[in-house]
Amino acid sequence: MTGLLSLITFAPLAGVAAMLLLQAARPSDEARSAEAARWIALGTTLVTLALSVLLVSRFDVHSSGFQFLEDIPWFSILHYRMGVDGISVLFVLLTAFLMPLCVLASWSSITTRVQSYMIAFLVLETLVMGVFCALDLVLFYSFFEFGLVPMFLIIGIWGGKRRVYAAYKFFLYTLLGSVLMLAAILGMIGMSGTSSIPELMVYKFTPGVQIWLWLAFFASFAVKMPMWPVHTWLPDAHVEAPTAGSVILAGILLKMGGYGFLRFSLPMFPHASEVFAPLILALSVIAIIYTSLVAFRQTDIKKLIAYSSVAHMGFVTMGIFSGNALGVQGAMFQMLSHGVISGALFLCVGVVYDRMHTREIAYYGGLVTRMPVYAAVFLLFTMGNVGLPGTSGFVGEILTLTGTYHLSTWAALFATSGVILSAVYALSLYRRVVFGQMTNPALAAIEDLTVREVVIFVPLILSTLYLGFQPNVVLQVTQSSVDSLVAAYHAAIGA
Amino acid sequence: MFSRDLALALPELILAGSALGLLVIGAFSPRSYRAVGWGGVFSLLAAVAAVFLGPQGRAFSGSLVVDGVTFYSQIAVFLACAVAIPLGQSWFARKNITNFEFPILILLAALGMAMMVGAGDLISLYVGVELQSLALYVLAAMYRDDAKASEAGLKYFVLGALSSGLLLYGASLIYGFAGSTRFVDIAAAVQGHAGTGVLFGLVFLICGLAFKVSAAPFHMWTPDVYEGAPTPVVGFFAGAPKIAAMVLFARVLYECFPEATAQWRQILILIALASIAVGAFAGLAQTNLKRLWAYSSIANVGYAVLGLAAGNGEGVKAMLIFMVLYMVDVTGFFACLSSLTRKGKAMESIEDMAGLFKESPAIALAMTAFSLSALGLPPFSGFWAKYYVFKAAIGVQDPIIQGAAIAGLVGSVVAAFYYLRLIKSMWFDAASGSVEAPPRDAVFVAMAAALFSFPVVLLALHFLDPQAQAAAAAFGLK
Repeated sequence: MTGLLSLITFAPLAGVAAMLLLQAARPSDEARSAEAARWIALGTTLVTLALSVLLVSRFDVHSSGFQFLEDIPWFSILHYRMGVDGISVLFVLLTAFLMPLCVLASWSSITTRVQSYMIAFLVLETLVMGVFCALDLVLFYSFFEFGLVPMFLIIGIWGGKRRVYAAYKFFLYTLLGSVLMLAAILGMIGMSGTSSIPELMVYKFTPGVQIWLWLAFFASFAVKMPMWPVHTWLPDAHVEAPTAGSVILAGILLKMGGYGFLRFSLPMFPHASEVFAPLILALSVIAIIYTSLVAFRQTDIKKLIAYSSVAHMGFVTMGIFSGNALGVQGAMFQMLSHGVISGALFLCVGVVYDRMHTREIAYYGGLVTRMPVYAAVFLLFTMGNVGLPGTSGFVGEILTLTGTYHLSTWAALFATSGVILSAVYALSLYRRVVFGQMTNPALAAIEDLTVREVVIFVPLILSTLYLGFQPNVVLQVTQSSVDSLVAAYHAAIGA
Repeated sequence: MFSRDLALALPELILAGSALGLLVIGAFSPRSYRAVGWGGVFSLLAAVAAVFLGPQGRAFSGSLVVDGVTFYSQIAVFLACAVAIPLGQSWFARKNITNFEFPILILLAALGMAMMVGAGDLISLYVGVELQSLALYVLAAMYRDDAKASEAGLKYFVLGALSSGLLLYGASLIYGFAGSTRFVDIAAAVQGHAGTGVLFGLVFLICGLAFKVSAAPFHMWTPDVYEGAPTPVVGFFAGAPKIAAMVLFARVLYECFPEATAQWRQILILIALASIAVGAFAGLAQTNLKRLWAYSSIANVGYAVLGLAAGNGEGVKAMLIFMVLYMVDVTGFFACLSSLTRKGKAMESIEDMAGLFKESPAIALAMTAFSLSALGLPPFSGFWAKYYVFKAAIGVQDPIIQGAAIAGLVGSVVAAFYYLRLIKSMWFDAASGSVEAPPRDAVFVAMAAALFSFPVVLLALHFLDPQAQAAAAAFGLK
């Protein structure tokens, strides 16, 4: 099955080509080309999803190495190398899973320049897939960095009122982090003479060098994650982005940070990771507590969920740098689960935003009387966000907290308070939006979920519950890769 | 022996002969300016063929060096000139200026640049630089009816003369202390120990060359000249002459002073960082795209100089690749800019570009590609250019140059803001309409350059990388 990864990565571009050809064949008719663009985008993302399911079904969960390898020499010492292991394969599936939902969510809410919008999304899908599949440093960096452009355009063209500000902030923040990573990448290639990620994972950098390289990678991934205190671009980007843009941002793009820590920081710079682990734990705990409190004070629904994302990413970084199998497994699970739940929450916001064109919490209230189905769906995902047992949110939090407990009781203790705080802001949001008296007369005519929206939510609901009750389906896939990662880490730091 | 010298100098002879011949043809039949143009393109292509097939060696007792670097950079320079002729001619024709001198001046500039990249002697260095510069001064002022163009030409001339003075002063000092004008003899004279006098001369020489490549703090002329000169001419200025000057820079440093690396590296690092900083920060305040791209070119030259500062073969290779990739980008960008008019007026400011994506999607896409490439975003050619330069700089075991490289990378983030402003204007803002259909030749060049910038560059590097490697090896470095 060599070539499957390239197929998955570049399949979305076939959709782009189809759109452009159609445009060239029938240049004038805007409405019809918009309709065609929607269907082509949906079809392409579904094909990619099917290919990703095939990938996961063929994936050998007992092997900790890279599978589906592709390796073509490029120029100089660079290669076109692709491959997945237990850490990356599920991100491929998550991306492929969320993309068709994004297309559906934009079906009627995006009315201007539909074709360009769908092209931006398909290109973004290619780039994200590339990030998770690339096994060459420079190839990885290319996908990672160019991902900024489609997102910049999505926020800047189809975003809200302050979209230009948010787009700039997103781009420049992330770019600053990335160029430092680029410096480290060039340094690593210079020192080791190879750009192959599997080879670099076993290459031993001296501890002094590791510190610098780790810091440079940290600059990039901490911004991407985002970690406190470099998280401030995220609320702006989320608020201004269109619904589907927020889903991709929270669901997938943030996970690139966590993926980067697992793929680079931990295996390549184990000494530095150990040295900086207390720093990461401290930042994570601050993120969990502080941003939860900030979230509580928000008046904009999307901003609240954005801050809650920062808090949940705090659990991920904490789990990763706990350095033990429990914590890392928990971080993996938390990332996947958060991808589904936060994506769903942004879609929930999108539902009411499409109807009322405001995200002010105070504007809403009493929605349950007019939108019972919506209320039920929103409740489920709110509970998932809080980490209610039975939803996928619970598993990730309990695992990362247990993992952290082995390293630092105090960090785990403070972080656990984040679970309570998340209940505080999430439930109060839910109460203010869904329950209470319907005081705003404008809401009297609001409609419940349409069939299309139900279709979007059903897979998300099913996966949230399924992962909540059967976390093993995920954990067994990640198990052997995580075990070997953790074993190598402990061997390197001599503990 | 003399016939061998002539064989080595064949490309230069072709250019000189055809320039003079075309001048006669043009003088006697001024209406044949198109034919003169195509004659110029043809002789440039013939010169490329001569470079390609010709022998390598040293001619005229070492004043002309034909080696890997000459080969690589002459081909690049000649091709850039060949593109500049039709682009410029059709632009001037649209302004109802049909003088035949334009292609001849480009040919003479090409001849000057060919001498610069092959200079093996301070005299041929100076003759090459002057021939190229004089042609460029006239080109800048070619659009006679425009006050700004005349201003640009005059400014360029006065400041250029000053820098030539610096260059000459440095050359005479070096001659005085080393006892020869030939690069190999200078290198032998300063072997082991470069005295203060020679280093003094070197500093002047570096200053003069820094002026020619428009590196800070000798960059002041660039924005004014770029703004005033005709747009296609600016596209030419920013590409080929910079390659020639950078190669000459490398030749002087690596052939005359290969052992004084520690001394000149400090100067180069300073120049590089100053250029990157000036280019990034001063560019933020610009609204005119030609001025903006002037600052962008200052920053880019800073990156190329950083590559040179590495002081090893990898650095030279990085500089050579950087300059060629940058040349394609900048040629394409100015081809776009020269093709855009709104109600007969050239569109030159960022605001003019508002909504361009709706009105002229092909040009807007090409300009987006060039902006992203200049920003250094993978997978565009600008990224690979920076990749080589920073890899070379970071690979040197010297914390100062490594730190400079990181500072340079951070500078590129600052510069990112103005490239984003252009993209924002083209994509996010509302269109005001009435952009005229761009002329076909400019669109063709723009599209070709944009396609080179991505994705062709990914294949082209397959060939550029070993070529530049071989060229860098000509300096005897590894």
